[in-house]
Amino acid sequence: MASAPSKLYADDVSLLVVLLDANPFFWSASSLPFSKFISHVISFLNSVLLLNQLNQIVVIATGHNCCDYVYDSSSPASRSAGTGKLSALSVDLLEKLEEFVGRDEKLLKKEPEGSIASSLLSGSLSMALCYIQRVFRSGPRHPHPRILCLHGSQDGPEQYVAIMNAIFSAQRSMVPIDSCFIGAQNSAFLQQASYITGGVYLKPQLLEGTFQYLSTVFGTDLHSRGFLQLPKSVGVDFRASCFCHKKTIDMGYICSVCLSIFCKHHKKCSTCGSVFGQPHSEAASEPNKKRKAGDT
Amino acid sequence: EDEDDVDGLEAWERAYADERSWESLQEDESGLLRSIDNKALYHAQYRRRLRAASRIQKGLIRYLCIVIDLSRAASETDFRPSRMAVVAKNVEAFIREFFDQNPLSQIGLVTIKDGVANCLTDLGGSPESHIKALMGKLECSGDSSLQNALDLVCGYLEQIPSYGHREVLILNSALSTCDPGDIMETIQKCKKSKVRCSVIGLSAEIFICKHICQETGGLYSVAVDESHFKELILEHAPPPPAIAEFAIANLIKMGFPQRAAENVISICLCHKEARGGGYTCPRCKARVCELPTECRICGLTLVSSPHLARSYHHLFPIAPFDEVTPVLSSSQHKLPKSCFGCQQSLLNPGNRPSLSVECPRCKQFFCIDCDIYIHESLHNCPGCESFR
Repeated sequence: MASAPSKLYADDVSLLVVLLDANPFFWSASSLPFSKFISHVISFLNSVLLLNQLNQIVVIATGHNCCDYVYDSSSPASRSAGTGKLSALSVDLLEKLEEFVGRDEKLLKKEPEGSIASSLLSGSLSMALCYIQRVFRSGPRHPHPRILCLHGSQDGPEQYVAIMNAIFSAQRSMVPIDSCFIGAQNSAFLQQASYITGGVYLKPQLLEGTFQYLSTVFGTDLHSRGFLQLPKSVGVDFRASCFCHKKTIDMGYICSVCLSIFCKHHKKCSTCGSVFGQPHSEAASEPNKKRKAGDT
Repeated sequence: EDEDDVDGLEAWERAYADERSWESLQEDESGLLRSIDNKALYHAQYRRRLRAASRIQKGLIRYLCIVIDLSRAASETDFRPSRMAVVAKNVEAFIREFFDQNPLSQIGLVTIKDGVANCLTDLGGSPESHIKALMGKLECSGDSSLQNALDLVCGYLEQIPSYGHREVLILNSALSTCDPGDIMETIQKCKKSKVRCSVIGLSAEIFICKHICQETGGLYSVAVDESHFKELILEHAPPPPAIAEFAIANLIKMGFPQRAAENVISICLCHKEARGGGYTCPRCKARVCELPTECRICGLTLVSSPHLARSYHHLFPIAPFDEVTPVLSSSQHKLPKSCFGCQQSLLNPGNRPSLSVECPRCKQFFCIDCDIYIHESLHNCPGCESFR
């Protein structure tokens, strides 16, 4: 390659992967209507595309029963012209989103019991990371990827292990996970994700100003973040929950074989079946795959 | 002038002297040169690795001593710039990877020089102190002594708690060993103390190393060049299969400290200066700066829940994906056009299906690059996680 006068992708080109929470159970109870929220998001996405003509945006919808890609700015299909009032991005995104919500609804098998109706964040995080790996593979010059979670549903404790796996993989690939959390109470999973990967976690105080929060906090590329004062993480709770009662503990006992956490001394590990104090036998039962790992 | 002097060669000449690029060409049946499909090769290697690692219980809390051979054989330059430099660089990378995958484990460094084994760093759980010691001046001289190294290591590993797995990794450059006594006795002692010894050789295969590994249940491999050495050493980073009788299952008391806010100042134990932030030991309220660590005042092991979560993927591994054979994919309507994970097209130019894999649980299709990424780094199947 000749010594090109300019790099094809400079430091301030971003690939923004947005994980959009489309959980109907959350949105039906939210103070901000979904349609208004989408209009904030579309304005924000358009502004990111305007910041640099090489910026790319991918949107993955996180539903209650499934996850799917709903927009990719670099795919040839997205070059369709917008109508007079709506941009090309709006047209494509809204169409695919509507289709996604319909599909998600059809897949509903039964109403979620209790009040927790979480969305499949671990699924969309995993898909986002696979897409980002593909971008890394495309060569030494590529936009700098980051993930932005626009999320409001509560944490689903059954997703704990999968979300932690995704967080560690993002940390190794140096992909920050930002979160703009619009639910009622802070999400421990997303706080940990942002802390571990070096992203920004924000819970906006006034949802009517969502566009303002998005464009001032989450709009800048990674290189320029070094010059800005962004919200710092406060009070990330890294304590664990015991597997027996799910209560948060600050001192506990760990099984040396499977690393399950208990609050009291037991004779036998309920997850892997090891008997403590004796060399474990060959026929120790396999770890219980469906265990509900405690969230923090 | 001696033509073996590398510095006398021009840069373009070096490409032919050092990297024998013609050896990587392949011919097909009719003698024509065939382009090398690196991707398929890489994927085949990965599938072999996956088949080897089946779902067996692994030793998650490991106490590993790395023995670095600094005898005169380590100053040989067949590994550029010298064997010792290559070893030091790769051990640093290994240490980072090791603590990444085994956050509750500890490493100690031992060197062999002039026939004597010395401890370079004590067993500890923080990567920085080990890496700092490696970056210091390391000199090679004298003979290697496997027996002295094994004696020293067994002595250290005797003191660790009974639930830990004891391991040794010897990076051997020398072709001989100069021992004060009977090395077979030492090997039996290791075996009785349940120490698993593995060796990576840099010169040639040596019987005594093979014997040590066979007796103690370790792995013996010999590196042929720098990149092969890196591959071999990184193979030891994930936890090895646990030999059931080796470690006693036990409940370990651990603390999960809260992170203090930046404006709460206290004197920390590690640096002995007043700082904000940091973590407070739940038992004795002492301040430490980073986790995981052991509280110096009361001895409680302090970790955060992500540290434990790093090892959970060993306990809940995902099933290997099935390869999609071209015969099955002839029914075009069955094969989706793009990978579920990264949306890459699964069709080659010309609309022929390229190599893809299928998850046996959720039945989604993935490209082979996602297959490798999912099983080696992510440990989540996007398909299984995206459906309830």
